[in-house]
Amino acid sequence: MSESDHGETNRRDFLYIATGAAGVVAVGGSVWPLVSQMQPNEREKAAGAPVEIDLSAIEAGQLITVVWRGAPYFIRKLTESEIKAAEDAGQAEFRDFQPADERIAAPEGGSKEWTIVAANCTHLGCIPTKIDTGFEGWICPCHGSKFDVTGRVTKGPAPINLPLPPFAFADADRLIIGADKA
Amino acid sequence: MSGHSTYNPTSGIGKWMDARLPLARLVHDSFVSYPVPRNLNGFYTFGGILMIMLVSQIITGVVIAMHYTSDAATAFESVQLLRRDVAYGGTLQAWHAVGASMFFVAVYIHIFRGLYYGSYKEPREVLWILGVVIYLLMMATAFMGYVLPWGQMSYWGAQVITGFFSAIPLVGETVREYLLGGYSVGSATLNRFFSLHYLLPFMIAGVVILHVWALHVTGQTNPTGVEVKSKQDVIPFTPYATLKDALALVLFMALMCYFVFFLPDYLGHADNYIPADPLKTPAHIVPEWYFLPFYAILRAIDFNIGIPFTDIVLIDSKLGGVLAMFGAIVVLFFVPWLDTSDVRSANYRPLYKVFFWLFAINAVFLGYLGSRPAEGIWIPLMKATTFWYFAHFLIVMPLLGFFEKPKPRPASITDAVLGKAELSGASQLAGSTAAPETKS
Repeated sequence: MSESDHGETNRRDFLYIATGAAGVVAVGGSVWPLVSQMQPNEREKAAGAPVEIDLSAIEAGQLITVVWRGAPYFIRKLTESEIKAAEDAGQAEFRDFQPADERIAAPEGGSKEWTIVAANCTHLGCIPTKIDTGFEGWICPCHGSKFDVTGRVTKGPAPINLPLPPFAFADADRLIIGADKA
Repeated sequence: MSGHSTYNPTSGIGKWMDARLPLARLVHDSFVSYPVPRNLNGFYTFGGILMIMLVSQIITGVVIAMHYTSDAATAFESVQLLRRDVAYGGTLQAWHAVGASMFFVAVYIHIFRGLYYGSYKEPREVLWILGVVIYLLMMATAFMGYVLPWGQMSYWGAQVITGFFSAIPLVGETVREYLLGGYSVGSATLNRFFSLHYLLPFMIAGVVILHVWALHVTGQTNPTGVEVKSKQDVIPFTPYATLKDALALVLFMALMCYFVFFLPDYLGHADNYIPADPLKTPAHIVPEWYFLPFYAILRAIDFNIGIPFTDIVLIDSKLGGVLAMFGAIVVLFFVPWLDTSDVRSANYRPLYKVFFWLFAINAVFLGYLGSRPAEGIWIPLMKATTFWYFAHFLIVMPLLGFFEKPKPRPASITDAVLGKAELSGASQLAGSTAAPETKS
C-alpha cells in the first residue's frame, strides 16, 4: 500500500485510498441518523413555542411557577423592601455577580419589580423552594444552593445564577416567555 | 493455568459433537476440571453469586417488562398494576428491585475482596479492568432501571443525573437535549431509558464472559497471594468450588428472600410511590444506597477551582463535582499501577491492612454522608472523606510500596495451609496434603 513498496504511486494506491474514503463516508452516513434521532423531535420542538402569562392577579411578594418546554419558570413580583435588599447586597455575597438592576424586569412604562428566572437550579436541575423568612429568595433542596430574590446564587454548588429565559412584556399585564419580542 | 484438556467423551454422541463443536469440553475444562487454589475462602464465592444474580435479574426483568409500558402517562400505573393485579407480579417486581440492591451488595464484597487480596496485580490487570467496566455498566443499568417506575425519585434522579452532562463546557446543554430527547425529562427520555435498560444487561453478560476468560487464563488468586506452584496447591473446580459457591449462594439467597418477602420496599424510597411531578422536587433527593458514596463526593465539591489570587475560574463547582464523582470510579482503572508493592495479599502487608480497613470505613461513612442533607457539619465531613477516598489511591497506595516492610510469605499455598493446620493441632493431614482432592 505504501509508496516505498513499489517506488511510485500507481492506480492501486489510488483505489485503496478511494475505497477507504468511501468507506469512511458510508460509516459516517450510517451513524448520522442513528445519533440524530436522539434529538428532540419536531412535535417536541413545536410544543416549545412561546407561552403567554397573565400577570394581572399577582400581588407584590407573590410567586408563581409557569411551564415552558416542560421546564418550570419562576415569576415573582418583588416587594419594595425585597428590591431594596437586592440592590443593597454587596458584590462579595455573590458567586456570579450581576447588578440587581439587570435581574429585575419591568413592562414598558411600568415599575421594575419582576423577577423572571428559570426554576431549575443551575447545579443539577432540582427546583429550589422559596424561603419566606428574611430577604433570601430560594434554597435548593437537593444540594443546598441558595439564591437571592433575583435568582443570584449566594451559596452552594450552583455555579451560576438562575438564568433569565427569553421573555418580553406584551403589555403591563401580559408576559411572553420564550421570545424576546412581544 | 489452562493446561491440556482432561475432557474424555465416552458416548457416541459426545465424541461426534466433540469433533465438531467442543462445547461440552469448554464447559468441562472451565467449570469441572478447572483447578482452583485449595485455600480459597468464602469471599471468593461472590464471583459465582454475581453470575447467578445477573441471570436472575435478566429473567425477572424480561418477565416484568411484559407488563410495563414506557410512556410517561402510564408507566407509574403499569408498575402499580404489576404489583397489585398480576399473578405473582408483586413478588417478581420485588425480586427484580431487591435483586438490584443485592447485586450491588455482592459486587461491593467482590471488589473489596479484590482490594484486600491484591487480586488486581500483575498478571491480572486486564481482569481487574474488565471488572471495573462491568461495575460501570451495572451502575448505568441500575440508574436507568430506577427511572422506569416513574415515581418522584425516578424522575428527579433522572433530572439530577442527566444534569451531569450539562456540566460539559460549551456543548453540555446540547448533549443533554440529545440524551433526553426533549428540553426536559419526559416520555422520550423514559422510552430510551427502557430500551437501554433492556440492552445493557446483555452487554454486561458479554463483558462477564471476557472477565471469566481472563480469570481462567491467569488463574485465581488466593488469600496468600502466592501463585499456584504445583498440583498440590490446587483442587478441581467441581465438586469443591462448585459446592462452596452453592452453599454461599443459598445463604445469600436466604438473605435476599427475607427482603423480597418481608421488606420489599425497605431498600427503596417512599417518595417513589408518588407519581413523577416535574413541578415539585422531593424535599430530600437521595439516590439508591449503592450510589450514596459517589453522591457524597459529587456534593463535596461546592467551590470553583481557579487560578489563585485571580478571578479566573478553570473548573466551576458543578463541573468539579461531576469530575470528582466520575474520577472516583476512573481511579479504580489505575489501581494495578497505583499499588507499587509486589506483595499481593494484605495478610502479609501490615500497613496496607490498616489502610485498607480505614478506606473501607471511610467508604461506608461516605455512603452515610451521601444520605445526609448538604448543610452544616455534613459539608466539611463530605470534603474530608472525599479527600481520604482519593488520597488512599493516589498517595497511600503508591507510597506504601516503598515504606512498608512486608511479613514473610509462605513458599507455597500448600505450605500456608499446612502451617495453619499445625497451629490448630490437626495432625492427620499429611495424606490429604499429598492428594488434597481425595479423602484420607
